Amino acid sequence: MNNTPAQMSTVHVAFSPDPAYVRTVRLVAAAVARRAGISDEVLDEVRLAIGEACTRAVALHRRHGLTDLISVTMSDGGRFTVRVTDRGPAESAGKEPGETTGDIMAQVAAESGRLAVDEDVLTAGVGLALLTGLVADLAVSAASDGIGTEIRMSWPVSRRSAH
Amino acid sequence: MELSLATRSVSDHVVLEIGGEIDVYTAPRLRERLIELVGAGEKQVVVDLGRVDFLDSTGLGVLVGAHRRLRASDGALSLVCPHERLLKIFRITGLDSVFEIHRSVEDATTGGSAKTARTGA
Repeated sequence: MNNTPAQMSTVHVAFSPDPAYVRTVRLVAAAVARRAGISDEVLDEVRLAIGEACTRAVALHRRHGLTDLISVTMSDGGRFTVRVTDRGPAESAGKEPGETTGDIMAQVAAESGRLAVDEDVLTAGVGLALLTGLVADLAVSAASDGIGTEIRMSWPVSRRSAH
Repeated sequence: MELSLATRSVSDHVVLEIGGEIDVYTAPRLRERLIELVGAGEKQVVVDLGRVDFLDSTGLGVLVGAHRRLRASDGALSLVCPHERLLKIFRITGLDSVFEIHRSVEDATTGGSAKTARTGA
């Protein structure tokens, strides 16, 4: 195989846990994803998934009064890989996203119309449902330095010939 | 584009037409507007998502909250969503079984899907 490794390029964004910046990150992510070769059909999903991961991180930081920056690293090396890392207590580390989601969605379905679920809890559950539903390659783990949680997502790229 | 909100009356319904992006930053404004409508005694609220470019879990949470408040006051919330990319979000989250989702405002305000023949005329 003369498969020369794709030259990996990385874009790193760090932002204060302010909801206003989630849109900024989505815009940057969409631009980077497009450049990485993500097809137009998948781009909306990539944008949504990255936004959800950032929204979750912002909510976590705000819940715990943290002003630390949230980190988003986008790498283009064979696949388009995005890591969103918070600095909050690892409340979701080690837990499969689907667990919470399943519980909450079951409740939504059961109570349809008479929802007793708190709106924020519901939003968090829906966010995880979206992440698990949109991203085939999704991993949630403790951040490498032990502080916070990293959500890693990746998508295949349909690279066009360079020109 | 940020969020735009406009209301109009169609028969006994109030239609809230949303444009732009509904996310963690803009959703609080949508929540406030919906609470105002319910507080003003509106019972039949139609949320038109036809001009929405982006919708995330925060927006879905707000819609579920409004749905719940309306049901509690014997009202109903229905959605208009003609775009597959948004419908997919409702399907993935299972919320397509919670909301009544119509293809057009006309469908939503006439309570059926039969009166859309005008488009073919």
